[in-house]
Amino acid sequence: MKRRWTLYDPRLAWMLVAPVLLLLIFFLVLPIAVMAAYTFFTFVTAGVETSALTTANWHEFFTDSYYSGFLLKTLRVGAITALLCGVLGYFPAYFIWATTFRHKWLLLLLLIVPFWISFTIRTFSWINILGEQGVINVALIKLGIINDPLPMLYNEGAVILGMLHFLMPYMILNVYVSLEGIDRTLISAARSMGCTSAQAFREVTLPLSLPGLAAGLLLCFVLAAGSYVTPQLLGSGRDALFGNLIYDTIMGELNWPMGATLSIVLFVVLGFFAAVYTRYMGMSQIVKGLGG
Amino acid sequence: MKTRRREEGRWAWRLTGFITVCVYIFMFAPIVATVILSFNASMFGGFPMTGFSLQWYYKLMANDAVLAAFRTSLWIALVTAMVTTAVGVVTAFALVRFDFPGKQALSTLVILPALVPETILGVGLLVLIKSIDQPRTMLLLVLGHILLAVPYVVLITQARMAGIRRVYEEAALSLGASRFSSFREITLPLLVPAVVGGALLAFTISFDNTSASLFWRPAGVETMPTQILSMLKISISPEINALGTVMILVTVGIPLVGGLILQSLTRLKRRGQPTEEAR
Repeated sequence: MKRRWTLYDPRLAWMLVAPVLLLLIFFLVLPIAVMAAYTFFTFVTAGVETSALTTANWHEFFTDSYYSGFLLKTLRVGAITALLCGVLGYFPAYFIWATTFRHKWLLLLLLIVPFWISFTIRTFSWINILGEQGVINVALIKLGIINDPLPMLYNEGAVILGMLHFLMPYMILNVYVSLEGIDRTLISAARSMGCTSAQAFREVTLPLSLPGLAAGLLLCFVLAAGSYVTPQLLGSGRDALFGNLIYDTIMGELNWPMGATLSIVLFVVLGFFAAVYTRYMGMSQIVKGLGG
Repeated sequence: MKTRRREEGRWAWRLTGFITVCVYIFMFAPIVATVILSFNASMFGGFPMTGFSLQWYYKLMANDAVLAAFRTSLWIALVTAMVTTAVGVVTAFALVRFDFPGKQALSTLVILPALVPETILGVGLLVLIKSIDQPRTMLLLVLGHILLAVPYVVLITQARMAGIRRVYEEAALSLGASRFSSFREITLPLLVPAVVGGALLAFTISFDNTSASLFWRPAGVETMPTQILSMLKISISPEINALGTVMILVTVGIPLVGGLILQSLTRLKRRGQPTEEAR
């Protein structure tokens, strides 16, 4: 017997979400599950593997310090990038929030514009600043301060700078969204009770904006640690990160089981940080930051 | 005492303003340098400027590989934008208006593609199709891009939907409209800003995607970003600066023009019917 459809019938909801749900299952959940299974496959030769189960890949990962070194370096670079982003990004976010400037929307629009510009282009454009024929070197030589161009490109500093550049808008927007959520009367209250502006900031504004800062830090850390293009364009071979290692293992050596193992490692490690974050902060702040 | 405190506050505020200006310069200086250099007459892709020239743009127009990559990216981005917007809006509608078991889990799952690094998504999908012996196809690439864009469309639409009261739809339903026509006549028009915003974002996400496309593209196919990457591996030619400038014009111009059209549309509509939009 057919049941009548109610107004907000769960069956209708399932039909509406079906396309996205199927996409998520077949392109996100299933791939990661298959990848996890692949870590136990046996590597024969480039591009060939058998489904004979082995723990050789995991054994190799845990015993070869080459891999753990890569992982630690990647986490270090990600952490440095995220912290610098947090420190430098807080000021603009606070400024946009607190300013009485009439064209505040322009400052916000300028934050969104970088999202529209190709990430590859934004990254390689640093070559025009830092390169031997870049703005800085040419200006310094013209001024007679240096004779030979400074080697500023193709090192870890350049990689971090490039990542800072593409992550900064994420950070500023996250902090800004969180500042916008603060009830401004709380700050006037603090001031009227005798707080200096510095005290009011330290005791009221800063603590209340921490969720946004934390969301920004997590997002920047995860995106930096998972990056592939920036180290390739702005770093030398020594500055490769875990993402480059994965790409080379799969596309270069065609060692799929090892590539899958490394991907799962990165997934688990970054997932751990995200899980710790959501344990204390919940998902809602990240959602707000991404949705703009 | 009081004046000294105020003085301190003023200095802190000035410092904040100064750092803000520096960060904005930091964000835009490389882009400005690239645009300027694209008009450089010099043979080398760097400073100093030796004169104004459009030669690199002419060269670009004659570069078949670049034009082919541009067309490929444009098609992929258009299809991605259309499909993602359609499925994303419907999903957001279901997530906001309905209550069903597993709703919380689904809303978390749906934003995961934005949080999981692209390298991992890229490898995962490749391993999956390798394990079932399927080749990399264009369809795979497009579906992958849709996966990457879906979280943003859903989040934008959800935020807008939360501000539209359901009584509007229910009023239409009680007056005899069908589910579909109440959605089309009431909900969808109120959602227009989110729909357009989501579609534009999906377009740029697809047009811009690099890391995942490197894994997913069919053999021999280049998208615009992968083409730029392979050109950069050879040398930094001024042609790349010109290409970068054209790309900036496309990806910044489209959303800006779209936003302006949208704004004037809503203004026109407001003039026609003075009822407020929502709330």
